[in-house]
Amino acid sequence: MSAQMVDRRTFLAGLSGLVLVASGSRIVKAADAPKYGADGMDHGWRDDPLTFVAIGEDGIVTVVVHRSEMGQGIRTGLPLVIADELEADWSRVRVTQAPGDEEKFGNQDTDGSRSMRHHFDPMRRVGAAARTMLEAAAAAAWNVPVTTVRAVNHEVVHEQSGRRLGYGALAKAAAKLPVPARDSLRLKDPAKFRYLGKESIPLLDGDDISHGRAQYGIDTRLDGMLYAVVARTPVFGGKIAKFDAAAAEKIPGVVKVIEIPGTPGPALFAPLNGVAIVAEDTWIAMKARQALQIEWNDGPHGTYDSAAYRTELEAAARKPGKVLRETGDVDGAMAKAARKVEGEYYLPHIAHATMEPPSAAARIVDGQCEVWAPTQAPQATRELVAKRLGLPFEKVTVHVTLLGGGFGRKSKPDFAAEAAFLSQQLGGRPVKVVWTRDDDLHHDYYHTVSVERLQAGLDAQGKPTAWLHRSVAPTIVSTFAPDPQHEAPFEQGMGLINVPFNVPNIRIENPAAAAHTRIGWFRSVSNVPHAFAVQSFVAELAAAAGRDHRDYLLDLIGPARRIDPAALKDSWNHGESPMRYPVDTGRLRRVIETVTREAGWGRKLPQGQGLGLAAHYSFVSYVAAVVAVEVNAQGQLTIPRIDIAFDCGPAVYPDRVRSQLEGAAIMGVSLATLGEITFKNGRAQQDNFHMYQVTRMAEAPREIRVHLLPAADWSMPLGGVGEPGVPPIAPALCNAIFAATGKRIRQLPIANQLAT
Amino acid sequence: MDLSINGTRMTVTASEDTPLLWALRDRLGLTGTKFGCGMALCGACTVHVDGVPTRACVTPISTLAGKKIVTIEGIGTTPQGKALQAAWSSVNVPQCGYCQSGQIMAAAALLATNPKPSDTDIESAMTGNICRCGTYPRIRAAIKQAAAGLERKA
Repeated sequence: MSAQMVDRRTFLAGLSGLVLVASGSRIVKAADAPKYGADGMDHGWRDDPLTFVAIGEDGIVTVVVHRSEMGQGIRTGLPLVIADELEADWSRVRVTQAPGDEEKFGNQDTDGSRSMRHHFDPMRRVGAAARTMLEAAAAAAWNVPVTTVRAVNHEVVHEQSGRRLGYGALAKAAAKLPVPARDSLRLKDPAKFRYLGKESIPLLDGDDISHGRAQYGIDTRLDGMLYAVVARTPVFGGKIAKFDAAAAEKIPGVVKVIEIPGTPGPALFAPLNGVAIVAEDTWIAMKARQALQIEWNDGPHGTYDSAAYRTELEAAARKPGKVLRETGDVDGAMAKAARKVEGEYYLPHIAHATMEPPSAAARIVDGQCEVWAPTQAPQATRELVAKRLGLPFEKVTVHVTLLGGGFGRKSKPDFAAEAAFLSQQLGGRPVKVVWTRDDDLHHDYYHTVSVERLQAGLDAQGKPTAWLHRSVAPTIVSTFAPDPQHEAPFEQGMGLINVPFNVPNIRIENPAAAAHTRIGWFRSVSNVPHAFAVQSFVAELAAAAGRDHRDYLLDLIGPARRIDPAALKDSWNHGESPMRYPVDTGRLRRVIETVTREAGWGRKLPQGQGLGLAAHYSFVSYVAAVVAVEVNAQGQLTIPRIDIAFDCGPAVYPDRVRSQLEGAAIMGVSLATLGEITFKNGRAQQDNFHMYQVTRMAEAPREIRVHLLPAADWSMPLGGVGEPGVPPIAPALCNAIFAATGKRIRQLPIANQLAT
Repeated sequence: MDLSINGTRMTVTASEDTPLLWALRDRLGLTGTKFGCGMALCGACTVHVDGVPTRACVTPISTLAGKKIVTIEGIGTTPQGKALQAAWSSVNVPQCGYCQSGQIMAAAALLATNPKPSDTDIESAMTGNICRCGTYPRIRAAIKQAAAGLERKA
């Protein structure tokens, strides 16, 4: 199987050779022609209007959204696309959520910053097809040629006669007409878009959220429902030696104590071994859990110590490792360099800490299991539950609720499988599993930990002639396959091998690293450590060369050109076609030029203040950020402002593009300043938000200015939005701190490193 | 025991040490008040008890006899709550939205005692409420917009 066609799920099935989270049909055969974008995803995409749009006799248009809403605004964004092509009146558009059913809806994995990128074209066609059917129905009703009628704002008009029919009146007849052929559809002239690319469109879910009516997974309520919390093995790979539930069972309101078996081997999405307390309410279950006596066998990872592990990673980074890419002669150029500069960067594990902790409810009636879950992966959830319960796939329904944050954590539906398993053990009775915050922090699929070591040889003018980057980090593949040691193509392609720098001699190495906990996707994934290291190091080189950082970075990127990702040994390219999505250094330059201009780069600042720059290409979008900092005499850091310039091609729903970048900036600040999960004796050490701190309003940037670069036209391919904003923030922040104080931060989080 | 919630007397059948959060969510079906930490660290469960912003996750129901509890489901009947909910819409504050009940409750308590809060006032009133999506700049803007709206009406 070639790496280009790998998405986060097929990749797993193919790589492990085990069909554990995906069915056998998903495994892409090497002989198949490469498929890119939405075509390369499991079950691809659908553009059938009858699947995605319903119009009532009252004219209300209901759009089915098949992607999970976790704050990116997709439950408003996709309906906007359909409504615009449909010529629907937005005030009469409603949204409903699809259950997990990829045969019907196409791929539903809400990850990889691709919900809009992959579904903009299909959903435009859905809207256009429905509009065409309404026009045809009106023309038939009036017995006039279809070319003489047109749909305008929720009605079809016959201009010659002035006759009009509303969508509600036409819906029934229109639904009986054949769906027009895809290539016969007339898409709207983008100049006539009513909603796409326009400002001030409120979220369809906004009022429900602000009135407490919005339903997240944790809000699920079913008749006769019980509540469960689970004590899980504190060490990954550990299991119960013995347990005594006598005291817990005596607590009034406890209904049952149930052991949840673990699964040997890689973590997959399987529940961890644990003991569940099922009770009349969550509070009773939480109290009773404290009364459990459990002895654990810690297993092989019981000695995992993140401080010792860091030393191992550093040792590995100081020796040659597996070569991923070599251009030119790095050793020769390094030997001839006028000077050499080195930098070693460390990023610890971080936890997603979604504000809604993992939670799901399930019940089984007549052999039919229903699950309500805030899941990013409805299909994988359904497959996992079916397998765990020994039910046929079609006997499992997954209702996708709103997600109270996802960030990649809720791509792993272990919590949903727990709920389904417990319901089965309770004879099908409805039960809801709630993870407490310590459960969430102790049993995450953590963001990887990494040491990134960079070395450059500079010529007499300070220009790099040789570039060596060694990246050492346990791979996400370890969650799915036994003991892999190296970063996978999708991790390498996240800003490690595909740096588009104009340096003649480049070598990228990846020394081995073993995983000792569950490693998973965290918003922006490996782009975070790679961009932190690379963009910090470039600023270090600029300082060593005595040059302005922006000018130096632009020189390093070199002239505007389109690079075939294959030339960078990037076989993955975020799953997208290398022809449609080359690495465009012109676009990267433009975001850098824009953000520095908008942020007032180069202006004179008082003592203790500084501006820092970083740029990064990920999820086929281009981002540059300038962070402004102030560091006082006590080393206290404040961030008055962040400017971000962003080029994702056309911005379909600009307000949500902005909000994603605002959020990414704050998440970037959070992981840079505070984020760290440490391990001792195999156990995560942080229990709650007092120990795993996240950025609060007082420490957040006071102002975030997002500068969206206008797209040349609507035919440009879309870039991702949800993730690309995160990676440049940490390096831009640390570069700003260097500008303000002369202190170079090479390990995250910054924590108290600035204290004087 | 009996509790006064959003102006209505409600009977809760739960042990007296049960935090208000779980009484609301599990026993009374008022799920707008959210669980985030269980230790008064994140603010997702913020309600008003006699007008004071209170973390429901650490407030046993035994302490609430005779007190007036207002939750996100009821805050819209107050001028501050109504103005904030409108501002939240107009600024398009939420991303995932999960923390926003608590944010609005904290903001409503702030505006009830301080109708024209400064940036620093807003920060100190709101910094106990975590938003992992990072909506802080918009929360700040929406609070200012609501305050301005209330001032015009006053």
